[in-house]
Amino acid sequence: MLVDSQKVGDLAENLAKMDEVKGRSLWGDALRRFKQNKAAMVSLIILTLVILFSLTGQFLTPWSNEEIDWNIMGNVAEMGKPSFETGHYFGADDLGRDLYARVVQGSRISLMVGVVGALIAVIVGTLYGAVAGYVGGRTDQIMMRIVDILMSIPYMFVLILLLVVFGRSVVMLFVGIGLISWLDMSRIVRGQTLTIKNKEFVEAAQAMGVPGFKIIMKHIVPNLLGVVAVYATLLVPGMILTESFISFLGLGVQEPSTSWGALISEGAGTIQYGTPWQLWFPLAFFVVSLFCFFFIGDGLRDALDPKDR
Amino acid sequence: MSLLEVRDLNVKFNTPDGEVHAVKNMNFSMEEGETLAIVGESGSGKSQAVFAMIGLLARNGYASGSVMFEGTEILNLHGPALNKIRAAKISMIFQDPMTSLNPYMRVSDQMAEVLVHHKGMSKSAAIAESVKMLDAVKIPEAKSRITMYPHEFSGGMRQRVMIAMSLLCQPKLLIADEPTTALDVTVQAQIMQLLDDIQKDFGTAIILITHDLGVVAGSTHDTLVMYGGQVMEDAPTDELFAHPTHPYTRGLLSAVPRLDQDNETLNTIPGSPPNMMNMPKGCPFYGRCEYRLDVCVDTLPPLTEIPGHAGHFRACNVPVEDIK
Amino acid sequence: MSETIMQVQDLKVYFDVLPQGAMPWTKPRRLRAVDGVTFDLKAGETLGIVGESGCGKSTLARAVIRMIPAEAGSVLWLGQELLKFDKKQLRNQRKQVQMIFQDPLASLNPRMNIGEIIAEPLKTHYPETPKAEIKQRVREVMEKVGLLPNLVNRYPHEFSGGQCQRIGIARALIMKPKLIICDEPVSALDVSIQAQVVNLLKELQDEMGLSLIFIAHDLSIVKHISTRIMVLYLGNMVELSDSADLYAHPRHPYTQALISAVPIPDPEIERNKEVILIEGDLPSPINPPSGCVFRTRCPRAADLCAQQKPEWRDAGDGHMVACHFHD
Repeated sequence: MLVDSQKVGDLAENLAKMDEVKGRSLWGDALRRFKQNKAAMVSLIILTLVILFSLTGQFLTPWSNEEIDWNIMGNVAEMGKPSFETGHYFGADDLGRDLYARVVQGSRISLMVGVVGALIAVIVGTLYGAVAGYVGGRTDQIMMRIVDILMSIPYMFVLILLLVVFGRSVVMLFVGIGLISWLDMSRIVRGQTLTIKNKEFVEAAQAMGVPGFKIIMKHIVPNLLGVVAVYATLLVPGMILTESFISFLGLGVQEPSTSWGALISEGAGTIQYGTPWQLWFPLAFFVVSLFCFFFIGDGLRDALDPKDR
Repeated sequence: MSLLEVRDLNVKFNTPDGEVHAVKNMNFSMEEGETLAIVGESGSGKSQAVFAMIGLLARNGYASGSVMFEGTEILNLHGPALNKIRAAKISMIFQDPMTSLNPYMRVSDQMAEVLVHHKGMSKSAAIAESVKMLDAVKIPEAKSRITMYPHEFSGGMRQRVMIAMSLLCQPKLLIADEPTTALDVTVQAQIMQLLDDIQKDFGTAIILITHDLGVVAGSTHDTLVMYGGQVMEDAPTDELFAHPTHPYTRGLLSAVPRLDQDNETLNTIPGSPPNMMNMPKGCPFYGRCEYRLDVCVDTLPPLTEIPGHAGHFRACNVPVEDIK
Repeated sequence: MSETIMQVQDLKVYFDVLPQGAMPWTKPRRLRAVDGVTFDLKAGETLGIVGESGCGKSTLARAVIRMIPAEAGSVLWLGQELLKFDKKQLRNQRKQVQMIFQDPLASLNPRMNIGEIIAEPLKTHYPETPKAEIKQRVREVMEKVGLLPNLVNRYPHEFSGGQCQRIGIARALIMKPKLIICDEPVSALDVSIQAQVVNLLKELQDEMGLSLIFIAHDLSIVKHISTRIMVLYLGNMVELSDSADLYAHPRHPYTQALISAVPIPDPEIERNKEVILIEGDLPSPINPPSGCVFRTRCPRAADLCAQQKPEWRDAGDGHMVACHFHD
């Protein structure tokens, strides 16, 4: 039997549906699997609520994050309790500032630090790692040794130095966190690139004469994004933790701005004065968000790499 | 009494996308010292059927039916009872010996471990016995090479080590799952020769799972052809090659290019094998069969012996006379 | 006689390998992957390259299209020295040569749909092609390889192995190349699918006048598709001849052993034939034997074989062989 007759047979079989069939992309598949993951979906909803809260929460209260309520100042333990009557939904902090407003503003900063840090990691780390891995040879050696050197510097020390020398500001915090966040990512991406590089479809592209940079952008990076997405969601809480730690040390965001770490630090410091809400509210937001990120990361990994289940 | 008697073996897998019926109503029996080939393409269920027999199914798989080995039921055995059978009576070799040898252990330790564990030998006696076995599979300088690590052997040598290891407890039955697929032809010839010799010397029965009809032709007594999880034809090898009676067997035989023949274009079986997730209701070969009848859509007859041809079984609705 | 499109002269490909635990200043050792290969390829013919794993057949196929740098030798592509091409010439040459790979699924980018995959060579070399024309060309070529054009939006994982190989072939054909390098194109496929792909390749070759370099370890398939066949052993040419003649009258002991080892699906023939078993293991290409590379395993080896590398000589009717004592 010749191929021709077979072609005709195949064609006839499908003649009824001659319109272009829609394909199921791997991304579509992953999305479907992700939607089936209850923990991840619930986390995604909660996280969305937290983000909405951080963006719009300030419109629901008359207080701002720096305004001091002189009525309760000095008697926060008694009068600054969480209550709807006074308008302090989460109570007040030690200085009599509205904790609700401060949590809203702190969430915004913390989430921003997390997302910006992760974004820098994703963009810089992915490109750096993919280029190193794809080009290989001496270039790879040099690029990865640079990463090794940067990694061997105790980053907390550098970060603290940076904040002390250039002054504490949110921008400086972003710069500092961005400097370190991409190192791990570039290593992971390079490792992945090495395996993808040896796949036949990359060789096929080379044989076709596709230029190197285009191979990286079209063939390597899209196949890396699964790993990158998973690692990025796990990186966000890492970044938030770093920021919290720095704030906890008192070097983070500058007053009157605040962040989860700073709020927790203050709340922990005043817990023996009978104002536990100052710790619980920011802590609850912090913990819940971290869990959400972890569950989403887990869900993404299962969705993007079903073989590992 | 047959050495191995398989009745209505069914293997199913639970997967996230639904149940997969990997092996359907498999029946066969084999005698001591015989070589049986199970031939099929990927996804035909040939490996899963054998895995089920010796309790190697993946965790989401389960088997039903009956597998009698020397008169005792061995299907779905667990724990010590299974281990006893697996070590002393039935052993198995795989396509890639590297996956079943521990790369961090010397060959001597791995081989001796089997004997110490199952036969209670002392370590030194076990090693002496292992050297003898490596000699038997024609590994040169077995005595010095036994202390090497698996990666220091070439692919063919590694497969020999695997065979030696599987013969240590003198099993009644050796199951070889695509033992030569990963090897070059000249090495394949050596290994097949070796399996032949072993059968003569030790009287071991061998089940040879393969997709290569050439390998089957050279060294087996009986051949079982599987497709889509079902046995299509089961006959003495000579008879099967001389008078294939199932459309699939015929298609397969004519689709293989042969060194000893010249043909301009190869015959092809049109289409692709059925999707395991979505098996047709009747004959799995229906969509690709040139003899198909209307009844084939929803019925596949059981494996029945062809009158006048003892030992030649087929599962097909089309009468033998109509297949030319 | 049709025109010669490629002439390879004494091509050598060496790799530098560092021994385990090497220091940065350790001198690397040379691995002779391909050691002096000479052949020419005519338009419309198929050259089969056979040999066992590690014989350098894949390396050779990549070296002749400069996917791997060659150490020495010359490759004339349509009369011009390919190894001296500059970037632009090389890019131009890439349009005329395409490649098909062993693992059909792995050779397709899983994140691209097959329309994009097949169109990629076209978009790479002619980025200004209008969309409608690209679409038209993709449809044409899909029909040509027996794929339904309405499946362009599907992704590779939705196809079976045989269909994926058809996609790979379609991608190779869209540039209307002069030469396709087939690196074990059917060895990962099921028997019943192999025949379909081989027939398709043959048919396309007749229709489009393609030349093929067909690499495989399965001798029966190579014999079926090839006009001429080259046998490689440890990076060296062993025998090169017209395909029918090679199988009927192999001259080199290695070729003879190789052919005798191929099982034939016929119990009667198979049981009565004599297999020439070659003993021992393949020597390391880092430290190949002196003289003839096959002498360590050759039943006919003599003193001469260790001292002198056998000449590449014509044993009659263009049947080339490298052996001091060939039949």
